[in-house]
Amino acid sequence: MAERNLILAFETSCDETSVAVIENGTKILSNIVATQIDSHQRFGGVVPEVASRHHIEWITRCIDQALEEASVGYSDLTAVAVTYGPGLVGSLLVGVTAAKVVAWAHQLPLIPVNHMAGHLYAARFVGAFKYPQMALLVSGGHTELVYMPREHEYKIIGETRDDAAGEAYDKIGRVLGVNYPAGKTIDEWAAQGHDTFHFPRAMEKEDNLDFSFSGLKSAFINTVHNADQRGEKLNKYDLAASFQQSVVDVLAEKTMRALTEYPVEQLILAGGVAANHGLRQRLDHDMRAYHPTVTMLQAPLKLCGDNAAMIGAAGYINYQHGDRAGWDLNAEPGLMFDRMK
Amino acid sequence: MKVLAIDTSNHPMSVAVVEDDQLLATTTLNMVRNHSIYLMPTINNLFELVKWQPTDIDRVVVAQGPGSYTGIRIAATTAKTLAETLNVELVGVSSLAVVARNVLPESDRVIVPFFDARRGNVFAGAYQWQDGQLVNLIKDQHLAMATLLDQLAAVERPVTLVGHLTKKISDQFEQLPANVSLAPRAYGIPSTYQLALDGEKLPAVKEIDPFVPHYLRITEAEANWQKLHPGETRKNYVREV
Repeated sequence: MAERNLILAFETSCDETSVAVIENGTKILSNIVATQIDSHQRFGGVVPEVASRHHIEWITRCIDQALEEASVGYSDLTAVAVTYGPGLVGSLLVGVTAAKVVAWAHQLPLIPVNHMAGHLYAARFVGAFKYPQMALLVSGGHTELVYMPREHEYKIIGETRDDAAGEAYDKIGRVLGVNYPAGKTIDEWAAQGHDTFHFPRAMEKEDNLDFSFSGLKSAFINTVHNADQRGEKLNKYDLAASFQQSVVDVLAEKTMRALTEYPVEQLILAGGVAANHGLRQRLDHDMRAYHPTVTMLQAPLKLCGDNAAMIGAAGYINYQHGDRAGWDLNAEPGLMFDRMK
Repeated sequence: MKVLAIDTSNHPMSVAVVEDDQLLATTTLNMVRNHSIYLMPTINNLFELVKWQPTDIDRVVVAQGPGSYTGIRIAATTAKTLAETLNVELVGVSSLAVVARNVLPESDRVIVPFFDARRGNVFAGAYQWQDGQLVNLIKDQHLAMATLLDQLAAVERPVTLVGHLTKKISDQFEQLPANVSLAPRAYGIPSTYQLALDGEKLPAVKEIDPFVPHYLRITEAEANWQKLHPGETRKNYVREV
């Protein structure tokens, strides 16, 4: 029997404290996630100092539980993997510090993991990866098209020029009285309404692969405010459907264009907004219609949000490629993939 | 008893490895603010020097705050994770008490260690040596420098301030009250040897999981929220999913 590769993975880049044990990069033995959503809902969004404080309250409990649930001890581990960016610096620091300590205390290799690569590898739990590969990564902090000519090589070919898609959902959610994170509710409302407002599709026809969502957000907010001033109450389901249609149109259109410009074997959909049913259905449809030979892997719904299992899966690949961090590993809040020239 | 002592509460970063009451090695940096980069390599270097394995540690002693929020989080996260993962004892000591210990035990002056807490505020407490023991007279707190000096003037006993008097704090007053003097700047640098000696005598924490830094202030967001929601009793806002 081949030796088991067991990675203890840490993820604390935003408002979830998570520790997981992953076997051979593809099997989740445990994935403990402590979420701070209830806390930040008090403030209508993530407050960085509060997030950092919660992480430190939960970090050792998550480690112990991850090991216990996986039925493994420190001596069974092969390596420790950790998200070191991008994210909130104070949040990242708790995970980076704890991961360094565990690796040092048990003399294990320390593997640095890019949080966005982690999101991508959530899809690895669905099926094997094929290259060249394209990924649409959409979350509250990021909206990127990433091209991977081969394993372990990431190039950004398109990204948002202003708000991330998830951020736009939260901002228009606030206007509709939906607390952060608003994506799930807006998605549900959208399914019950129709695109009657025809909001702008920013940069949809422009000859590049970048995104913009702030114009859409402003158009939405103006529409609601103007109606308020007239004393008119707009149908929230139609508002949600119109907003979502605009977001999904732009994401799908740019993704299809990217697949034409960069022929690939496989498309990955991942990140928090990848849980959006409207987006999943639309990509299913468009892929069959325009790129029927390209397979698609969508990250499982329960692994779309931040979690350490995906960090362990990405960490396994980094481990195979010899990525090792020193004891001086620091949080890098602005960490990015290279942009394709 | 093999002790690792850590203090990254403010600008200086200090680590010591101590066996029983003997200092084996210590390192203090005072040129960087990025404790996240330097703490673990420093600990690793000291262990190599004294030929200890991480598993040799019996107890971790940490300066638990107050201080820079990021600094005390790095120290507390390091200390609690190390204690938990190696299943060894953990002790937290006031970061202000560590600095107060720099004043000779012969002195019966009131010792007031302080750290810059920005915006003209300080973290400060009052301590005194009594029969060789450092006793806390006034709890560590967050207050305006001007308020602190008013209170110290009213003490009517000799007081020694210990800490780094940054320009931002010295701008808060014309001159120190007559009964108050400022210790030389060297006294404001924490000694983790002293921290270890103190921590060796104290009882270890019973539960490591709830161990958090002593921030001495709730966050601004939470303070505002509490004003708008008096009587809210929920304490734990984090849950497993």
